[in-house]
Amino acid sequence: MRSIEAHGLTKEFKVYQSRPGLAGAFRDLLNRQYRVIRAVDAIDLTIDQGEIVGYIGENGAGKSTTIKMLTGILEPTAGELKVNGYDPHREREKFVRTIGVVFGQRSQLWWDIAVQESFRLLQKVYRLPDEQYKRHLGRMVEVLEIGDLLDQPVRKLSLGQRMRCELAAALIHQPPLLFLDEPTIGLDVLVKENIRRFLKEINKELGTTILLTTHDISDIEALCSRVVMLDKGRIIYDGSLTKLRLNWGGGRKIHLDFAKNVQLNELEQRTEGLPVKWEQTGQRQYIAHIHHGELAVSEVLSRVVQYVPVQEMRIEEASTEEIVRQIYQEGMTIV
Amino acid sequence: MYKVYLEVIRIRFLMMLAYRVNYYSGIIIYSLNIGVYYFLWMAIYGNKGTLQGMTVMQMATYIAVSWMSRAFYFNNLDREIAQEIRDGTVAVQLIRPYHYLLVKAFQGLGEGLFRLFLFSVPGMIVVSFIFPIDLPGVSPVWAKFALSLLLGFIVNVEVNLLTGVLAFFILNNQGLIWAKRVIVDLLSGLTIPIVFYPDWMQKVLEFLPFQAISYLPSTVLVKGLAGSDFVHAILIQAVWCVLLWIPIQLIWLKARKTLIVQGG
Repeated sequence: MRSIEAHGLTKEFKVYQSRPGLAGAFRDLLNRQYRVIRAVDAIDLTIDQGEIVGYIGENGAGKSTTIKMLTGILEPTAGELKVNGYDPHREREKFVRTIGVVFGQRSQLWWDIAVQESFRLLQKVYRLPDEQYKRHLGRMVEVLEIGDLLDQPVRKLSLGQRMRCELAAALIHQPPLLFLDEPTIGLDVLVKENIRRFLKEINKELGTTILLTTHDISDIEALCSRVVMLDKGRIIYDGSLTKLRLNWGGGRKIHLDFAKNVQLNELEQRTEGLPVKWEQTGQRQYIAHIHHGELAVSEVLSRVVQYVPVQEMRIEEASTEEIVRQIYQEGMTIV
Repeated sequence: MYKVYLEVIRIRFLMMLAYRVNYYSGIIIYSLNIGVYYFLWMAIYGNKGTLQGMTVMQMATYIAVSWMSRAFYFNNLDREIAQEIRDGTVAVQLIRPYHYLLVKAFQGLGEGLFRLFLFSVPGMIVVSFIFPIDLPGVSPVWAKFALSLLLGFIVNVEVNLLTGVLAFFILNNQGLIWAKRVIVDLLSGLTIPIVFYPDWMQKVLEFLPFQAISYLPSTVLVKGLAGSDFVHAILIQAVWCVLLWIPIQLIWLKARKTLIVQGG
């Protein structure tokens, strides 16, 4: 089954512009000038049941706008959209029963009352039978370690505590599809770890589809098999993380520690013609930046070793974060 | 489905309890208001026994009843909605399977019931010891008043919802909210009973929803309206309850289409 099916999904906003000065302000009263901004530009996206997809992009790339359309909050300007078989905006009340949403930046729990009261209200909102509610909640409380927090008002919780409660709240009705908008923003490593483990479990046991937007690439590395990358409202990459790494992360670094002193230009001479750049970090320490290809690594090593003995070496793959940064800096047109 | 709304009322009760200080300061403010208006009107009456068909005693009772009713129907739903629209929390509300405005209305009801039982009723008893007022004993008038008060509450909630959702289009509607508050207090008959307005003004007010909020319920109790007078009052209120819902729903639908969630 398809969780999300979008074709040519587009969202435009009118942005009013104010003219400068007092005279301009008066003219604005009568007729206001606006400019149309395309936040999301005809994207096609299909996500199957049970996938965990990372949705990444820079600030203002259109991530949040997409999520808001997929959750039925915003009405698309154009395009077709079916989520869990519903039209999210038109059939909102029926549709939202089938999704869970966590906005990292705003709380969906009631600020002034104890966490468990929010849960109880949600039980009524989703009309969950007592027994099922208790069993499922008990399970989440255990895994997310929030048992001690239940009787505290939300405003007294720390960010990490609150976020775990938010997750439980979003999943209380066991939705088949979960949206996470920056769920780990500002959290410490332990909490992140806990949340990721929990998400994996949920995905495995209940087959929950998860769409995740994040700035933290380690979230993606830990959770997602598939990455959708967005730039200026368009999808610029949609595929597996491994492929992304393979195509754009060919760059490797070899840290070399030589047995005797070597000059930079000697190394350069020896490896002439190979796609490699040398960087000296110590008297005998060098880093070889290799642009792409498995072959190049062995070739560089074999040429260098003949000439000067190596004491220690370490090969490092570029991290996903570097790849993504590189893509955004250099731009990418191939999908 | 009604269980959700009961739960909403319960949660609002809990929230009111969480902010007890507001509640205590409310008691002082309302007592002061009743005192000030009592002495003001007593000065206006001077040694006349009746003005505009209202006796001194009826006037005193009217002041106490209308202010205690205000404790029930008054709420800040407009400000809450405007706030939620401004800071974007409305987005969170839209991912829940309920009608946002209906939930808001029930939050208002929870707040109203809280103040009715913990504030108005005990307050009324205290006031009746301090000022000479005249309330009916055990009488069907109370049931009529309760019905009229509830309708008044609904009209007020609707006026508030309407003011609140306008924040979708006027992103800073603080001024509107303040203006509305003063207009409701003034034109609903709270500060001046409607019979004291000049004739032409009374005519105008008959065509506005505000009298349905305070003047009609208070009159039902104070004058013990019966028969066709009572039915007439209730009908006016009921008509406003229905009429006001139309623009609210229209604006809400329009707003959902043009919604821009502020702050990312």
